Amino acid sequence: MREITYSEALREALRQEMRRDEHVFIIGEDVGIYGGAFGVTRGLLKEFGEERVIDTPISELGIAGAITGAALTGMRPVGEIMFMDFMTLASEQLVNQAAKIRFMFGGKATLPFVMRTPAGSGTGAAAQHSQSLENWFVHIPGLKVVMPSTPYDAKGLLIASIRDDNPVIFIEHKLLYKVKGPVPEEPYTIPLSTSEVKRSGQDLTIVATSVMVKRSLEAAAQLALEGIEVEVVDPRTLKPLDAEPIIRSVMKTGRVLIVHEACKTGGYGGELAALIAESEAFDYLESPLVRLAGRDMPIPYNRLLEYHAVPQVENIVAKARELVQGRI
Amino acid sequence: MNVEKKLELLRQMYTIRAFEEQAEQLYALGKIHGTMHLSIGMEGSAVGAIAALRPDDLILSTHRGHGHCIAKGADLNRMAAEFMGKATGYCRGRGGSMHIADPASGNLGANGVVGGGIPIAVGVGLGIKMQKQDQVILCFFGDGAANLGPFHEGLNMAAIWKLPVVYVCENNQYAMSCSTRRAFAIQRISDRAASYGMPGVTVDGNDVMAVYEAVSAAVKRARAGEGPSLVENFTYRWRGHSKSDANVYRTREEIESWKKKCPIKRFRALLIKEGALTEERAEQIEKQAYDAIEDAVAFAEASPDPALESIMEGVYA
Repeated sequence: MREITYSEALREALRQEMRRDEHVFIIGEDVGIYGGAFGVTRGLLKEFGEERVIDTPISELGIAGAITGAALTGMRPVGEIMFMDFMTLASEQLVNQAAKIRFMFGGKATLPFVMRTPAGSGTGAAAQHSQSLENWFVHIPGLKVVMPSTPYDAKGLLIASIRDDNPVIFIEHKLLYKVKGPVPEEPYTIPLSTSEVKRSGQDLTIVATSVMVKRSLEAAAQLALEGIEVEVVDPRTLKPLDAEPIIRSVMKTGRVLIVHEACKTGGYGGELAALIAESEAFDYLESPLVRLAGRDMPIPYNRLLEYHAVPQVENIVAKARELVQGRI
Repeated sequence: MNVEKKLELLRQMYTIRAFEEQAEQLYALGKIHGTMHLSIGMEGSAVGAIAALRPDDLILSTHRGHGHCIAKGADLNRMAAEFMGKATGYCRGRGGSMHIADPASGNLGANGVVGGGIPIAVGVGLGIKMQKQDQVILCFFGDGAANLGPFHEGLNMAAIWKLPVVYVCENNQYAMSCSTRRAFAIQRISDRAASYGMPGVTVDGNDVMAVYEAVSAAVKRARAGEGPSLVENFTYRWRGHSKSDANVYRTREEIESWKKKCPIKRFRALLIKEGALTEERAEQIEKQAYDAIEDAVAFAEASPDPALESIMEGVYA
């Protein structure tokens, strides 16, 4: 199969959906002639024009309101917030309005929109441009939260998100944009709320999100050389979560390591750990549930410090080894 | 405006007053759960503004939105039922006073967050424009909302894209306890329109016809594709901010002086003077409004609570 980047996969999803449905449009800062801060929407202005690829002033709350209101009129907007950190500026509309309108109205409104935003560190952008705030939105009923880890998932999940009738927070990762992988040319969907086993193994389950799926797969490849077979499960949609593949995997391996980039305290890993502990998988656990996550600190600028603020492949390898060897 | 429509506006104003007086009573009797925000004394603003709309136009309302809802043509039974949290209410009891909505009739909802509707209006305007419709979205907010960030982002975006939005600021002079004298260094909120490149006008919000004229001009402009406007209706709320308000931030004299400027009495007197109405007919309209609300409350009281099994419905589509 043809290989393209995560960024190209996202662009292809946008282009194909905009060709298919005239209600789909893009709105955000510098998404037009500039092509988006990370280039995801590059070239779309030329094909679809200013009416459907709308540059906004620097008004994140306004963008969130614009997609909320437009969705109320039957449009299917795809908003872009340049850095996930700035989702804090858009939060009032997303959290208090969009997430609740359908419920507050007794089920009489639908809000089919997607808000795309890149999260994550590793680009030297320091504390205000590197956060992973997915759990802020996971905590809000009414929002769906999607975090693709591969080009294939990026395209299929974005198309599914655009076609979904709920507000979807679609979280990309800056370090994944240039990662290549096999992606079919034709449009396809990956149903939301489907977790996937990215690699099979029987010694340990790693549940990882976003860029940590990639790092966990690299770690798994190294561990395989030592004879440790790791199963890597990617939730892909954090909310609503498809828990069953995770629970089944833990029942098979008896050990679980949860890996994410966001700060450990209050992060998604706590939710996953609790979910496993509450499930029938609990009786199968041979060692404690272990989380490997970002340190509880702002992302530092210095390259060395930034590198060590979040889990890296070697950290995952080391922690997995400890777990499998019964040293935890 | 023909006589028939003027009488309809008077009927709406009485209906709003009757609804809110009844609401207050229900609260006093302990029949209402939560809080509510009454617009008694501000009926001219809601009724005059919405009178300028076509039935298929849209509104976004506020926490003080009973008047907007009634003026937009709400079914009083379903509205009262929602107010009482019943299954027969507009939102099946999920919304209550602060979230009454009926998208089918163009009421895109009251809003519990001050200024919350202002950016949504941008999106609604954008959706209307992109689908090449000629509707207008009328977005209400209060003086307090004009000091929030969403006001700035929303009005600017609506203006740069020439969206069919009419922003109606109901300046009742108090954001909870904070008076406009303390919260603004300018006299007229409508002066801010100039900085967004849109027309701004301040009208006597207790003069229903003045509100109608000003909003009509703004609606005409919006429908013609010329962009948004800001209309400031200068008015006053007679009651406290919500039910927990002891009114310690203003004087009894001030409140009484504004009661003398009652928008309903004023319009009624005008219609009688114009010969459009007799005292008897006026009494009849008033009584019919109070009767209709009594019936609506009876309907609401007789309605069931939402079924517990339905508790999670509507969280996701």
